[in-house]
Amino acid sequence: MTAAAERTDDRATTDVLAAAREQVLDRGVGLTEEQVLTVLRLADDRLDDLLALAHEVRMKWCGPEVEVEGIVSLKTGGCPEDCHFCSQSGRFPSPVRSAWLDIPGLVKAARQTADAGATEFCIVAAVRGPDARLLSQVREGIKAIRDSGNNIQIACSLGMLTQAQVDELVGMGVHRYNHNLETARSHFPQVVTTHSWEERWDTLRMVREAGMEVCSGGILGMGETDEQRAEFAVQLAELDPHEVPMNFLIPQPGTPYEQYEPIAGRDALRLVAAFRLAMPRTMLRFAGGRELTLGDLGAEKGMLGGVNAIIVGNYLTNLGRPAQQDLDMLADLKMPIKALSDTL
Amino acid sequence: MFCVHCGLPEAEGDHPSCRGARAALEPPRFCPECARRMVVQVIPSGWSARCSRHGETTSAGVPALTD
Ligand code: SF4
Ligand SMILES: [Zn+2]
Ligand SMILES: [Zn+2]
Repeated sequence: MTAAAERTDDRATTDVLAAAREQVLDRGVGLTEEQVLTVLRLADDRLDDLLALAHEVRMKWCGPEVEVEGIVSLKTGGCPEDCHFCSQSGRFPSPVRSAWLDIPGLVKAARQTADAGATEFCIVAAVRGPDARLLSQVREGIKAIRDSGNNIQIACSLGMLTQAQVDELVGMGVHRYNHNLETARSHFPQVVTTHSWEERWDTLRMVREAGMEVCSGGILGMGETDEQRAEFAVQLAELDPHEVPMNFLIPQPGTPYEQYEPIAGRDALRLVAAFRLAMPRTMLRFAGGRELTLGDLGAEKGMLGGVNAIIVGNYLTNLGRPAQQDLDMLADLKMPIKALSDTL
Repeated sequence: MFCVHCGLPEAEGDHPSCRGARAALEPPRFCPECARRMVVQVIPSGWSARCSRHGETTSAGVPALTD
């Protein structure tokens, strides 16, 4: 690069952060796709400034509280879909075998989650969409959790829904529904061929209209370009979900993405900050893959770079770091954990 | 003894992808006694793994994951 080109570059990057300060921080208006792309291409020596701005935006528009969540897999493996990142697809030679968690196991998982100080418990199933058996298991499970004296808020992630199933979940008291758009619309056909991005969008629309909180994010590091990352950020912003979980790909044995390299830590941090600047008011959650991509130090940087929610403990088929380690981190960062009384 | 991540004999080969940071995020998938694929349930604070021949093992007593 010539010296002149470098200077132009410098000015452009200064400009995008200056513009973001006025537009996102002061006015609460998310970045455009083009602006997100410029942010994703900021040089490494601007990363700290970017993270600092994203943190300011989060503090101004969301506040200092962090929402802590636990998740559990009610039905593992054997899924008929072909999401190329997923060890639970029955179409790949993954070592993950099908398993059902029984009701006492579900009650125990909810108890562990509440005891870790979490206010959210998400029940997840590896399915295209729920059938009657799964829904009755969820219904019984929620009843058993309540009967055990646990009043943690319950979310579900059970795949694509019909309107009748949406209504049924609302009736069970499920207050939030997770259904990830996974990746940019233009990249989705490379990742999943058994259903479409638009089908996912339809479920999210029904969930919103029924009054449940919408939770939708995706996985980064699945071969998407920077342009597609920017595209994804603004597509999520357009959906305007209550929560966006950000996962970083953990290449799973036996899946088509087995040999993918995990995303670099600084790129993961740039993404976190860019997503915050695209969605100033949305709850942005650290989900799977942060342990591998960011390690302990990076997780802290992310919490100081726009993230305001985390999943603690283990994930669905992968292990996380112990919940206490995350709670200690939040205490060190002087970030209060959102209490159940704030959310009821 | 068999590798719990890939099911191949422990003594055969280096198992590079079974020893790294990624494998540390995986519960055991294969029975160390017979290499059968186990039914594994992960819960927020642990896991259990069941071999149809050799029964169940759990994370209780296994050191917690640290970096
Ligand atoms: S629908 Fe869900 S469980 Fe099934 S393959 Fe896709 S991501 Fe995995
Ligand atoms: Zn091995
Ligand atoms: Zn065995």
